[in-house]
Amino acid sequence: MSQPSVISMNEPVHLRAKALDKSYRKGEHKVPVLRGVDVKVNRGEFLSIVGQSGSGKSTLMHLLGLLDVPDVGEVWLEGTRIDNLPERTRDELRNNVFGFVFQFYHLLPELSLLENILSPLMIRYSIWEYLRRKSELKEQAVEIAKQVGLDHRLRHRPSELSGGEMQRAAIARALIARPNVLLADEPTGNLDSRTGGDIMELLHKLNEEQQLTILMVTHDDNIARQAERIVRLSEGRIQSLNEAAQGVA
Amino acid sequence: MYKFLIANRYLRTRLIALASIISVTLGVATMIVVNSVMSGFSSQMKDRIHAILADVMIETTNTDGTPDPRQLMADVERLVGAEVEFMTPTVEIYGMISFDWGGQTVYRPVTLIGIDPNGKNHVSPFAGHMMSRQKIILDDELIRGRLRDPNEPLDWELTDDARATRKDWIEFENFRDQFDNQYGNFESPVSAPPELLSGVEAAPAIEPVSSFSLADPFDDGSSPEIQQVSGSSVDGSQENDSTANGSSANGSSISHERHERLDGTGGIQSFRDPFESTRIAEQINPMDPLPARIYVGAGLVSFPYKDKATGKTKMIYMVKPGQDVTLTTIKTGKPEPASFKATVVDFFKSGMSEYDSNLVFCNLEQLQLARGMLFSPDPSRPNEGLDWRDGAVTSLQLKLKNYNSAGDVVRKLRSGLSPHTGTFQVLTWEQKQGPLLEAVAMESAILNVLLFLIITVAGFGILAIFFMIVVEKTRDIGILKALGASSRGVMFIFLSYGLSLGIVGSGVGVVLGLLFVRYINQVEAFLSWFTGRKVFDETIYYFREIPTLVSPMMVFWVALGAIVIAVLASVLPARRAARLHPVQALRYE
Ligand SMILES: Nc1ncnc2c1ncn2[C@@H]1O[C@H](COP(=O)(O)OP(=O)(O)OP(=O)(O)O)[C@@H](O)[C@H]1O
Ligand SMILES: [Mg+2]
Repeated sequence: MSQPSVISMNEPVHLRAKALDKSYRKGEHKVPVLRGVDVKVNRGEFLSIVGQSGSGKSTLMHLLGLLDVPDVGEVWLEGTRIDNLPERTRDELRNNVFGFVFQFYHLLPELSLLENILSPLMIRYSIWEYLRRKSELKEQAVEIAKQVGLDHRLRHRPSELSGGEMQRAAIARALIARPNVLLADEPTGNLDSRTGGDIMELLHKLNEEQQLTILMVTHDDNIARQAERIVRLSEGRIQSLNEAAQGVA
Repeated sequence: MYKFLIANRYLRTRLIALASIISVTLGVATMIVVNSVMSGFSSQMKDRIHAILADVMIETTNTDGTPDPRQLMADVERLVGAEVEFMTPTVEIYGMISFDWGGQTVYRPVTLIGIDPNGKNHVSPFAGHMMSRQKIILDDELIRGRLRDPNEPLDWELTDDARATRKDWIEFENFRDQFDNQYGNFESPVSAPPELLSGVEAAPAIEPVSSFSLADPFDDGSSPEIQQVSGSSVDGSQENDSTANGSSANGSSISHERHERLDGTGGIQSFRDPFESTRIAEQINPMDPLPARIYVGAGLVSFPYKDKATGKTKMIYMVKPGQDVTLTTIKTGKPEPASFKATVVDFFKSGMSEYDSNLVFCNLEQLQLARGMLFSPDPSRPNEGLDWRDGAVTSLQLKLKNYNSAGDVVRKLRSGLSPHTGTFQVLTWEQKQGPLLEAVAMESAILNVLLFLIITVAGFGILAIFFMIVVEKTRDIGILKALGASSRGVMFIFLSYGLSLGIVGSGVGVVLGLLFVRYINQVEAFLSWFTGRKVFDETIYYFREIPTLVSPMMVFWVALGAIVIAVLASVLPARRAARLHPVQALRYE
């Protein structure tokens, strides 16, 4: 299944969070993290999310990317509610529609960098199909590794890479599945300004050329400003900034 | 696809898991070795038992037997004739063997079995176990080759070796008697002290008869009743004397006992009546074996002897084929002893010590005569024209065309045999040796349970290590799930991991086990050399080599069982991995 049937192309709002509530239990206490978060992201939009540490940015990303379910509220993808879908469908959506860049990279230590980049495709295809298309997929992975500047490190294990290299590998892994929505949690957090700039350039290029919808969490104002639109998460709610940049809501 | 890659990577990077399957390997190998040796032992043992016993035995509950074997055989023929290939009669009775060894008389309790050699040959492969048909090998050194072809049918003929032994033995006995007569104790050998005689109950009862028959053992006028007694009673009286002498143990009348040994033809005592002795000697050559001939279990007359000088253990035989021994048993009807002399034709060694140290096979008619189960048609020539069918037999041994029908045959015989020929017990050879075979089966069942428990323990090892790996890999599992891996896929990783461990573990175990079984005798030799003492002593176990029998089904089930255990052990960790919450797993440090 390459494209889930729930997707319809004529809805301008690509991804939408409706009144999301999420709280964590700490023994007796309920620690509310998100309290009615509403976000709309249009197709091909580049949205930055900023907020204090611990404000719930990562939590929001997890909810949007179907890694977690909200206590209250809904997540809609192209006019279809997706947070209450059966697990199999959610697994497939994660694999096909969303690309995830984790704040802490989360590469698989047993696999080489190339295999890490290929892992979403390995999950997508059955063993026969994978082996049949192996060379084609490998070329694709090498191409993406080149784009993030890692083509000289393909055989290395994650433990042999620097923080920045791991972050770029994580980005390459998120991109190889050709997602519709990229959820990037601090994709430039560990990069120097030059490399970070390169990555931002790549994201912009994908955003423009392939109409990739990007949600990016960052605490770097310079990086955030490069997005079309910035929202701030504070006290569990969204406060829109940069009203000027806001498109059709 | 990722499932195989990840499982493969975990296999290659988590060598500790391999440690857990070493116990699976060892368990599987041990199980294969133990089972192969056990079934090797038990199949050898069954062969040996079967060499003595026939497929089905019909035994009278009464030691006097059934007086009408013709009727019994007709009944059997009528009931199960279609399934029976051959039947042969036997007479089985308790008795005692006594013989002279190193100046003293040795007594052994025995079970005497009267057989028809031709019939015995048909019902069980007994002939091959005769010592004359086997090579004697001691410490890889050929001591004596085969004297006869192992496939020759059974008969009561002496081998050339036995004839030579007999000649030497009789000459030696004659010489010793003369020597004893001249220089030995001159006390009257005939009258043993009365208190010694009185210890033997039957002695007074037989004494008159024996003296009567001694006067003229071949008297035509004697009634058959007396004659039938005479054939053995002469020996009986002497046996009583010799028993008395033997038990006196003070050597006072040993010379008398010597005389007894001399009378090769049964009942000729030269010192009593030299004229008669010569007269008879003209008719019967003392070198000829007696009419009663026996096969003796090797264990009855031999013992292992360790030569201190060479350190080698060899078997010492107290009697040799060709010599005469005295057999004592009971007559039918009243509990009276019956003794007769018999020539040892051969020894047998079935390998079952229960048989080899207990059984003496005798010609059927002679045993019937001795026990009063059969009367000679012509009393002047008591050993001619005898037919066991005219006497009584205690059992009938059947050889079946197909042993699978044994249960059926036994059932038909049990219900169908007419009670007027006697009451019978019908058993297959397996039932007859039931307790022994069951004990072996039980032993191997218990061993299997114990060894399988070892593999189960190994399974718990796998379980623990897998849990460890799942915990260690929690974050990776979260990543895989975040990238779209399904719970089933994650579960599959760990199940296939367990499966591969099981396959590798039991595969190596099977190879190790089979190699061990294949080279078990070399291993035994090495261990013997290494520890300096014999691990597997053939004189104890009766086996030259450790017998093994590999059953492919057993190997298959053991290997499968180990694989199933390894997979089962990975189910719980795999389920745990599958149920991990992706976000929680990602946050796991
Ligand atoms: N599994 C959890 N159990 C309990 N509390 C949690 C859990 N996950 C997150 N929290 C709490 O929720 C809050 C939001 O966490 P989150 O990771 O979303 O913050 P964040 O905005 O991404 O911060 P940062 O900028 O430092 O990455 C934090 O206060 C955190 O302590
Ligand atoms: Mg965060």
